[in-house]
Amino acid sequence: MLNPAFLELKHLHKQYAQREVLRGVEFSIPAGSCYALVGPNGAGKSTTVRAIQGLTPLDGGEIRIDGQALSTLGAAGRARIGVVPQMDNLDPDFTVEENLWTYGRYFRLPKTRIRQRSAELLEFMALSGYARQPISALSGGMQRRLTIARALINAPQLLLLDEPTTGLDPQARHLIWQRLRDLRRQGTTLLLTTHYMDEAERLADQVGIIDQGRILAQDTPRGLIESHIPGEVMELRRLDGRTPDPENWHQQQVALSERVGDTLICYGQDLQQVMAHFVHNPDYRWLQRPASLEDVFLRLTGRNLREEEH
Amino acid sequence: MSWQDAIPNPGALAVVQRNFGVWRKLLLPSMLGNFGDPLLYLLALGYGLGHFVGHMDGMPYITFIASGIVASSVMNTASFEGLYSAFTRMSAQHTYAAMLATPLRVSDILAGEVLWAAIKGLISAVAIIIVASFFGAIQGPWVWLSIPVILLSGLSFGSLALVMTAMARSYDFFMYYFTLAVTPMFLFCGVFYPLHSLPAFAQDIAQVLPLTHAVALLRPLLTGQLPQQVPYHLGVLLLYTVIPYLIAWRLLVRRLLR
Repeated sequence: MLNPAFLELKHLHKQYAQREVLRGVEFSIPAGSCYALVGPNGAGKSTTVRAIQGLTPLDGGEIRIDGQALSTLGAAGRARIGVVPQMDNLDPDFTVEENLWTYGRYFRLPKTRIRQRSAELLEFMALSGYARQPISALSGGMQRRLTIARALINAPQLLLLDEPTTGLDPQARHLIWQRLRDLRRQGTTLLLTTHYMDEAERLADQVGIIDQGRILAQDTPRGLIESHIPGEVMELRRLDGRTPDPENWHQQQVALSERVGDTLICYGQDLQQVMAHFVHNPDYRWLQRPASLEDVFLRLTGRNLREEEH
Repeated sequence: MSWQDAIPNPGALAVVQRNFGVWRKLLLPSMLGNFGDPLLYLLALGYGLGHFVGHMDGMPYITFIASGIVASSVMNTASFEGLYSAFTRMSAQHTYAAMLATPLRVSDILAGEVLWAAIKGLISAVAIIIVASFFGAIQGPWVWLSIPVILLSGLSFGSLALVMTAMARSYDFFMYYFTLAVTPMFLFCGVFYPLHSLPAFAQDIAQVLPLTHAVALLRPLLTGQLPQQVPYHLGVLLLYTVIPYLIAWRLLVRRLLR
């Protein structure tokens, strides 16, 4: 059985001047699970994260944390939340450990508690040897890890991560993913925004796809793929850049396909016929792969879906 | 956001502590500025110009100007901190964004910044008082009473500066404030010569500027006399603290909580 919801968002609305950035965003995260909010830039991900911190006054809807309305919790609600912001805002004048101390003081934690917690967190984030280093001595990946360590200084029950691995190399991303899974196992509730589908697929129990301020679909990563993409995927491209299969021969073979630029994408349980038709044609390049969250995402938010509607 | 949210919590002290921590790292150049600049002013104006001026308002010119420089230095230091340094923290370093992810509120950040600006003003004032007392230019039993006055003056210049910072889109914006407010106050509020040497209309204008009241309180206290009209001068400085604080709070809420 699922735990009761730790975070509940109900019908969030937010408007800036003429632009509606949130149009009824609604989801909930059971305690101790990870929810990924995926969407293109400007979809409303960061606004949602800010709203959960109480930093964006809403034009409608309600946010509940552990059953309590955020509006009644006020700034005190933030004592139970950790935030990894999209933009690094470590204190450049301080060393690694001074950053943690200073941040802990913002929560009014006692000094001994901050000291003990800092040592644990630096260890957890593989930064122990760097306690006295200035921020400028850290690589981008290390700064991100420190930002995550900093967000954990108050032992938050809910961790909000706004694009935590954007711009990092694969090694750094894998270490961060590993630590986020550790946190989830320890019972921390995680909300992650990302535009990397693989990140959502690897970390999240539930994924919500958001675009233009609306949640278009939400389910487990597998559930989303199974309900939106029938079977496998094949991408076809012509070497000379011209339109592949202009006569639409493939439509006799597959139920679903779309064209993205110079690429024809076919979806189906059995793509053998299509492959057999094009594989010996020297003008074609093809790629067969299992369906991923990215396919779901592109089908739900991409322009090709809209083209199909014509 | 109700006006009650404008009242800061003790968390504001964590903001002061943070700024103090950064200042401590840059202690040497900072102290050089605090001691060096007033020393140069005292030598150049007190001795150089003082040689020709002789006495002013019944005291040696160096004594007259030392208390003026204390007051103007509080203004300059608190203003600079509340403008350039605060804007750097808000805009370039995103320190306010980091603070707002914790239980700190806009009013805690603002109050911490204003208080820190006042403390920096106090540090610079104390440095000048120390330097000037070697020249015999600071004297009398009331010097210690100048400390709360210096802090209040620092709070008012800090609050005013944060109004500008809350509106600023870039550092260039602050030139308006320096040229239209700080420099005129420096020149026309009684730092270098007594107010009564100005034409009547200029004296009236000077009366609505905060530095005039800081000078009116600090000059007697630092030269062994008790100031006149104390509640009036304190009241003006208090108004210049509270009203800009509330305006800055309103503007920052609009800017940071969107």
